[in-house]
This record gives sequence, C-alpha cells and structure tokens, in this order.
Amino acid sequence: MAALTRNKKNRTNSQTPPLNKRTKSSPMKKAAKSQKPPLKKQRRCIPEEKPVIATDEEEEEEIEQSLQGDEGSESGSDFFSDGDGEDVNDDGDADDLLDGSDDEEGTLDSDSDESDIEIKSRAIDKKRKKEEQDAKDEFTMNIKEQPDEFQLPTKKELEAEALGAPDLPNLQIRIREIVRVLSNFKDLRPDGAKRTDYVDQLKADLCSYYGYNEFLIGTLIEMFSVVELMELIEAFEKKRPTSIRTNTLKTRRRDLADVLLNRGVNLDPLSKWSKVGLIVYDSQVPIGATPEYLAGFYMLQSASSFLPVMALAPQEKERVVDMAAAPGGKTTYVAALMKNTGIIYANEMKVPRLKSLCANLHRMGVTNTIVCNYDGRELSKVLGQNSVDRVLLDAPCSGTGVISKDESVKTSKSADDINKFAHLQKQLILSAIDLVDANSKTGGYIVYSTCSIMIPENEAVIDYALKKRDVKVVPCGLDFGQPGFSSFREQRFHPSVEKTRRFYPHVHNMDGFFVAKLKKMSNAMQPTETDKPAETMRQAQVSSSDDDEEAEAIEELKKPSVANGQPKRESNTKEYKKRQKFPRSKETHKGKRNTSIKSESGSGTVEEPRKQKKKRSQWKNEIAQAREEKRNAMRENAKERPKHRK
Amino acid sequence: MRPLDETETTVVFEKLFKFVGNNLKKIVENPSDEGPESTPGSYCFRLQKNRVYYVSEALVKRATNISRKNLVSLGTCIGKYTHAGSFHLTIMSLNILAANAKHKVWLKPTSEMSFLYGNHVLKGGLGRITDSIVPGDGVVVFSMSDVPLGFGIAAKSTQDCRKLDPNGIVVLHQADIGEYLRDEDEL
Repeated sequence: MAALTRNKKNRTNSQTPPLNKRTKSSPMKKAAKSQKPPLKKQRRCIPEEKPVIATDEEEEEEIEQSLQGDEGSESGSDFFSDGDGEDVNDDGDADDLLDGSDDEEGTLDSDSDESDIEIKSRAIDKKRKKEEQDAKDEFTMNIKEQPDEFQLPTKKELEAEALGAPDLPNLQIRIREIVRVLSNFKDLRPDGAKRTDYVDQLKADLCSYYGYNEFLIGTLIEMFSVVELMELIEAFEKKRPTSIRTNTLKTRRRDLADVLLNRGVNLDPLSKWSKVGLIVYDSQVPIGATPEYLAGFYMLQSASSFLPVMALAPQEKERVVDMAAAPGGKTTYVAALMKNTGIIYANEMKVPRLKSLCANLHRMGVTNTIVCNYDGRELSKVLGQNSVDRVLLDAPCSGTGVISKDESVKTSKSADDINKFAHLQKQLILSAIDLVDANSKTGGYIVYSTCSIMIPENEAVIDYALKKRDVKVVPCGLDFGQPGFSSFREQRFHPSVEKTRRFYPHVHNMDGFFVAKLKKMSNAMQPTETDKPAETMRQAQVSSSDDDEEAEAIEELKKPSVANGQPKRESNTKEYKKRQKFPRSKETHKGKRNTSIKSESGSGTVEEPRKQKKKRSQWKNEIAQAREEKRNAMRENAKERPKHRK
Repeated sequence: MRPLDETETTVVFEKLFKFVGNNLKKIVENPSDEGPESTPGSYCFRLQKNRVYYVSEALVKRATNISRKNLVSLGTCIGKYTHAGSFHLTIMSLNILAANAKHKVWLKPTSEMSFLYGNHVLKGGLGRITDSIVPGDGVVVFSMSDVPLGFGIAAKSTQDCRKLDPNGIVVLHQADIGEYLRDEDEL
C-alpha cells in the first residue's frame, strides 16, 4: 500500500505519460479515486481515446487492489496514509518502473522478478511505439476530416448541433466548404447530392454564424452568386471608412485638408469622381467636434450619400425640393452646388429630426432654404403640382445596404416590412413626379435613391413609376456603379431600368445604395407611350402574379401583328376577347377592374384605338428590340468562344 | 409667419446695431440672388413662432402656401423672443454678424477650445483686438485664422484691456459655435 501511495506522488513528479492505470496510488478508496481524474487530465497530452480506456482499467485495478485489499482502512486514514506515502521518496523508483512497464493488462507482482534495466528498456520501447501509433492515427484522422468529397452533415449531427451552442470554427469551415462546392457544382459535387440541399445548409449556417434572419439570407442568396454573397456578407461585417464633404460655400477642399492635417487628422481625397469628398483614416481629435466642423467647413457624410446629389446636378436659381431631408447632408450639398441661389424646400416628416436638419443648415451657412414639416405624399397639394424644377427623394427604406452601420437590420426585417416600405416608396415617388414641372427650362428631373439593395424597393418602384406617369429613366452620370436589374426571377421590368445604378460595399467600398434619375416628359397624368386600356390592364395586373404579367407581355407582342392588319373595331373586339380570358383566371377584385376596362373599350372612339395601338406597339417594339439585341450579343459571344477553341 | 411690427423691429435693430453699427444698412438692403428670377430681390425679417428669420423676399413669397403649423424655418434664423418678451440673438446669426461686424476680437489657438465650451474670453487668450471698443459693445470673436467662433459683450474698453491682469474677463460670452453640439435642442 505504501508503495502505491509513493507511486502516486512520484508519478506527479515524473514526466512519463500516464499510460497506465496504476496511477491510482491508494487502493480503492473513493476519495483517492476522486483525486485521480484531475491528475490524469493535467498530464494528458494525447487524444481522448486513451483516458476512456484508462479509466476502465483503473476500475479493473481498483477492484483487484480492493480484493488484495488493505486492512479495513477508512477514507480518513487513507488520506493520512497518502500523506505518509508522499513523504517517503526512496522506495518509489522501483515501483515506478514496475508501474511504468505495465501495459493495459499488467499486474503488480509479475514484473518484480526481472532486472531493472530490462524493465526500463521495455518501457521506453513501448512508449515509442505508442507515440508512433498515435502520430499515425492523428495523421489519418486529419486527412479523413478534410476529404476532397465534402459531406453534408446528417440529420443526427444537425440535431446534436442544434442542442448545444453554435460551434463557430466548425461552422466557418463548413460554410467555406459548401461555397467551394457550390461555386463549381458540376465538378465538385458528390454523387446524388442536390444543389438545394447544399444551398439550404449554407443558408442555415450563414444565419447562425453571422446572425441574419432567414428572410434576408434567402433574398441575398437569390440575388448574388455564392462567392459574391460571401464577399458581400464579409463586407457588411466591417465598417466603411469615415468620409467628409467640404462645404464649398465656405472653403475649398485643399484649404480644409491643410487645416485638418495640422490638427492631426490623417486624410486623403475620396475618389476621382468627387471633388469635395475627403476620406478620414484616423485622427487625433474627434472629427465631429473640431472648430472647423462647428464653423461649418465640412460635413460628416458617407460617400454613398454624395451620389444622389451628384446625379441630381441642381443648377443655380432653380427650385428644388428635398422630400426627406433630415439630417440635412444632401440638402446642404444641393445648396452648395446651387451656391445659395434659387430656393430649396427641405421637407421632413418626423418632428424630432427637424432640429438636426435646421442646425445643420445654419451651421453650413445655407440661406436659401425653407424647412417644412409635411408628409411627403401631401407635398404636391401644398406646393402645387408642376411647380418645381428638380426633386430629390431619398426614400425611407429597410436599410439593408447599411448593415455595417446598424446590425439590428440583420434580424429585424421581414418580407412584410419590405412590402410596406415598397408601398410607401411608390406613393412618394408619384408625389415627387407630380411636383416637378415637365416644361421647366433647365430641369424636369427626379432622383430617387435608397440605401437598400432589395429589388422590391428599388427597381420595382421605378418600374411602377414608369407605368403610372409620363417619365423616362435617364442615365444618372454615375458610370462606376453596377446597372440595375431589368429582370429578376419571374419579374420583368422595363429595359430602361438598366440605366439605374446599384452600389455595393464589396465592390465600391461604400454602403449599399441605389440611384435612379427620371425625366418627366410631360405634365399629363398618364404615360403617353401606353394607351389607356393597356394601362388599366397593367394596373389590374400590378398586384397579380408575375406569371400573368409574362403572359400579358407575350399576348401584347402578338397584338401589333394582329392590330395592324385588321380594321380597328374588329381587332378591338379580339383584344376585348383576349382580355375577357384574363378575368376568368384572376380573383374577384381584379374581375371588377376588368369590368371597368370593358366599359371603357366599349365606349372608345375609332381614332383613339389607332393611335393607342401604334404607341403600344412602339413600346412593345422597344422591348422586343432590346431583347433581340441581347440575344444577338449572346450569339456573337457563343460564336466567338468556339472560334477561340478551334 | 408675419412681418415684424414697430416695437419688435426696433428691438431687433437695436441688438444688431450693437454688433454691426452702421453696417445695419447693408444688412437690410442686401441684394439677394435667391429666388428664380434673375433680378436680385432684397432681404426682410419675418417672425414665426417667436423666432425672427432673415429671408429674402422671393423666399417669403414661396413660403406663404405652407401652413403655419408646418413651417419650421426660413432662410436664416437670427434670434428668438423669450417668454418675458426680450429678444436674444442666437448663434445662427453668426454669419451675418461676422460679415458686418464693427468690433472684433481674435483668440489665440490655445484658448479657442475654452471659448467653445462656453467660457468667457480672458485677457490671456486674447490675440488681437480692434480699437475703440466701449464696454457694453457687441463683439464678434474670431480665431487667428479668421474663422468666426461666436460673439459676446465687451466687458472693458480697449485701453483697459491692456492694463488688465491675464485672468481678467475681456468679453462676456453670449453665443459660440460649440452650441451646435452642446445645445442642439435649444436651437
């Protein structure tokens, strides 16, 4: 017994790995056993399989030793005896060797007959073998964990994961693997695997790793390729650099840069597309509290907010409306571009934000502004229709482009929110269009911008405006952005929507943004390029399923060929019949609208249908032409490729 | 929004006169390029919700169709009436005052920040000072690089300033641009 206790103590001192269970010095007592595990874990430097086996053997030996037994010593005396055992060092060596030489099966007494040296050498050999074996095992284990064929986790594994806290490094590895497989799915996928499985697993992993809700991840996956999606999400995790805008009413960029450099601010010109922007890397003084800031020499503004004002390009002595002006960064930029001439109406709906708007305007020395507090939708009644030259509408949006500034957007936005914003934005853009005077000498432009990358808030709103009013999309002058989507999944937008511009954090290093510039062609409330029946048709279909829109588009493509060759009334009735088909397939409220169409077309005069058909056919021809051009371009590309290969 | 009546106009002009003196004429008759017409109009004062605004006439005309409840600000706000009925100039009038100021004071860089925190100007922080300042005059405070920082009332005449010890107050603080950060709600 004494030998056993000594062994325990000696073992703590020695550096031999605890390969044997004999580490338990005091026989069987539970107190002693409780001391064992901590000791073992301290010394443990090898995979966990051994301890499992070791503890099993511990118990075996325990039983053995208990059988061999001591003479009814209690736990108290065991401690005591342990203490005694630890005091005596001398006899420990032989026992150490004995214990060290024992393998999983060895017993105490059998080895005592052999010589010390042989025992030692055997022990060393066995140690070496074990280490080699472990090393080999590790090697193979590692290889197995990262095979060329990545396997999706099974349901059981997923359930096990869901129980515990998310294992972040594991998730990250899995995300990378899935992205790698999906990026070249044909070559890299294991047999029988479906793309949707991988995509679903990726969605779930991204949600838990980055903290997004499912809706947002779902829409982002639909919009971007997998590799680009990863870049976008990574870009959202970091903040964009701080940028400032020189107030040209009071100073010049060069002078401001000099002054700020003297104060210890590290800055650079923003980009080649801006003459007033400066980017701040770091600064010794708070950049929002320098005397220059307070004197109104510059404004803290993110780079993406320069863009809509640059697209608007207000001229001197114009009348401009900013429909959602707070906190006033864009309004003051407009005033600076207009050099304090003309009139700016700065409107802001929310009262708490008015103070910051007024303060910024005064601080920057803007004198040509009237600040009012209306709902943007009422502005056309207050200011009068067709009364101003330009309108800037930086619409309230879901903020999905500025996730790097506000992380709560990741989890708080749902499909409902997006739809509500889209509805509000559609109303606002119509109000904005009504404010503008199409016959103005210098203007007639509306700029619509949001800090969101969602399609229902951007391209869909522009498409709605195109259908409802007589406006045209014009290039905004920001060539370095990505063009807007003219079609997405099952939705089809007017081809001119491609002239709008999108900006992304991972491409342009600014917040996600969307800018569109519209020109008002005439003050009429109806778009001239489409006739009334077709327009009301489209109205009926605005809320319909997108399949119907496609079907209608195809129908109308066919119509010109029909309409031109036949007298108008006959073709009218044919269209009338075609339209009748639609109400049957639609819901009741759409049926009601179609009854109004019927009455309209029935009472229409002979001349109008002719003009309307021509205009409708023109519009449809435009779309058809655009599509053909694209198809031709595709064919040319396809031809070029085989030529290169040959 | 309404034009100022007699008493109100006199009060406002008196306050302005302290700071700008005879340049008051310039302020009132300043040609403005605002408004879409090519001929410059002139400026005028208007009262809205106890605040006095300095706006050009063209702007005033356009603002008439905005109802009183919803009109927040026009042109430049130069000051406001307190409940007691006295008129105070606010920091937002600094641009007009600075352009036409009669009495100016320049601060050393070291004491700029102190003034921006709302403290009075001490003799030790004074860089330059214009002559012929009488106690009670309005003074506009600049930094050495001619950036207007605020305004106040002179406590001592120019000659007395030279005799003062470094901790003596030269200009009593009334308004400074630091208020844009400190007192945003008050504006």
